[in-house]
Amino acid sequence: MINWDFLINILIPSLQEGFLMTIKLITYSIPLGLILGILVSIGRVYGNLLLSLLCKAYIIFFRGTPLLIQLFILYYGFPSLGVYLSPFTAAVTGFVLCSSAYHAEYIRGAIQSIKSGQVLAAQALGMSKIGAITNIVLPQALRRAIPGCSNEIIYLIKYSSLAFMVTCIELTGAGKIVASRYFAYTEVFLVIGIIYLTIVSLATKILHILEEKLSFPGWESKP
Amino acid sequence: MKQKQELILEVKDIYKSYGGKEVLKGISFQVFKGETKVIIGPSGMGKSTLLRCINQLTIPDRGTIWLKGQEVTHRHTREINLFRQRIGMVFQDFNLFDHLNAVGNVEIALIKVKGMNRKEARNIAFYELKKVGLEKQAFLYPAQLSGGQKQRVSIARALAMDPEVMLFDEPTSALDPELIGEVLGVMQKLVQDGMTMLVVTHEMGFARSVADEIIFLEKGRILESGPPEQLFYQPKYERTKKFLFKLTELYGDINGNRKK
Repeated sequence: MINWDFLINILIPSLQEGFLMTIKLITYSIPLGLILGILVSIGRVYGNLLLSLLCKAYIIFFRGTPLLIQLFILYYGFPSLGVYLSPFTAAVTGFVLCSSAYHAEYIRGAIQSIKSGQVLAAQALGMSKIGAITNIVLPQALRRAIPGCSNEIIYLIKYSSLAFMVTCIELTGAGKIVASRYFAYTEVFLVIGIIYLTIVSLATKILHILEEKLSFPGWESKP
Repeated sequence: MKQKQELILEVKDIYKSYGGKEVLKGISFQVFKGETKVIIGPSGMGKSTLLRCINQLTIPDRGTIWLKGQEVTHRHTREINLFRQRIGMVFQDFNLFDHLNAVGNVEIALIKVKGMNRKEARNIAFYELKKVGLEKQAFLYPAQLSGGQKQRVSIARALAMDPEVMLFDEPTSALDPELIGEVLGVMQKLVQDGMTMLVVTHEMGFARSVADEIIFLEKGRILESGPPEQLFYQPKYERTKKFLFKLTELYGDINGNRKK
């Protein structure tokens, strides 16, 4: 039987703050991660040898190490270097760094799928290389990268639960506290699962609408 | 008669090599205002490279390029970008911007490069599209256009910048035979309007009817150049004759008739 009293009077109120923290974490991390991802992918594709290698190393490091380790280094390791990050800042920093590495690879693939002749044509019109990238390549590449980046955004929503490991009490953390106090693990984590599912479904819907809005003849979102 | 006093483009002793292979070995010629010069020559002999050296998409190893008495070579990127605005280029593969419709393709450089306001840019874009006979297709995207239409949009895009000279790099080579005519028609009209043009092409009918001079490029050098009549009927070299004969056989005769 569902204990409605527990659900409505205890669980929902105690999850509220954590829920808002989760929303705050992802609303900071998603756009920042995307922006950094775009920059890293541009550096990787168009940068000189040094910049390109640096971007490559960045991607290898942040994709190749567990996010949890990155968060631990940021929150527990950095103080020994004299850098003290709040739990929220440490979590957002970790999420941005990690998701940008994935975005960068999706966007790099999309950039490389744009025929280089278009850059030449833009340059022949007097556009600078950077102008050609921002006016011609990125508008196309970002559209192409939407499915991949959507995937990463969905992951990010879910791995935002790791913020709890650096004492940033978000949805999962708040749930853990209520669950152990009332010894109601099943109910609590079931409810939390449903909340994540709802956020992810909403995000998926929005990204899908975005993808359709940005499609144009010759480049439809549906074949 | 065409006026031929003002020197627009001067190519002086251009050298370029790729991976130890010299593709251009000292090319020099001049293009005067309103002139149309056609460059012909076997494939892979540096014709495209030569055009790209002119607008610095390829940097030549040696030699200089001059536009109206100003040196284009040995410049900073910013200055090169300014010169490129004055040199229109049409590519073999059109290179239209896929995410923009026809009018968007034509107006984007006006807005982003020339800093024109959107309304003014749109007016110019429509004017140029009309010139190439595509005002009805203004809102179609590249994927919705035929090859010939794409190439005409790319010509309109180059014309919108109001260039002093137009470079055509095999503008009809990627087209189905039945679409070549519409592109050559537009180019012919440009010639009549007095545009200064440098055209790499295999279309001998076009060369014969509009070129003031044909430049025969072989093995990185200008083997021979002169008015079409001279190259067709009294070439200095047997090689020229053979090549022209072969092109005519492949791409149509001097009257523009194509062999089936």
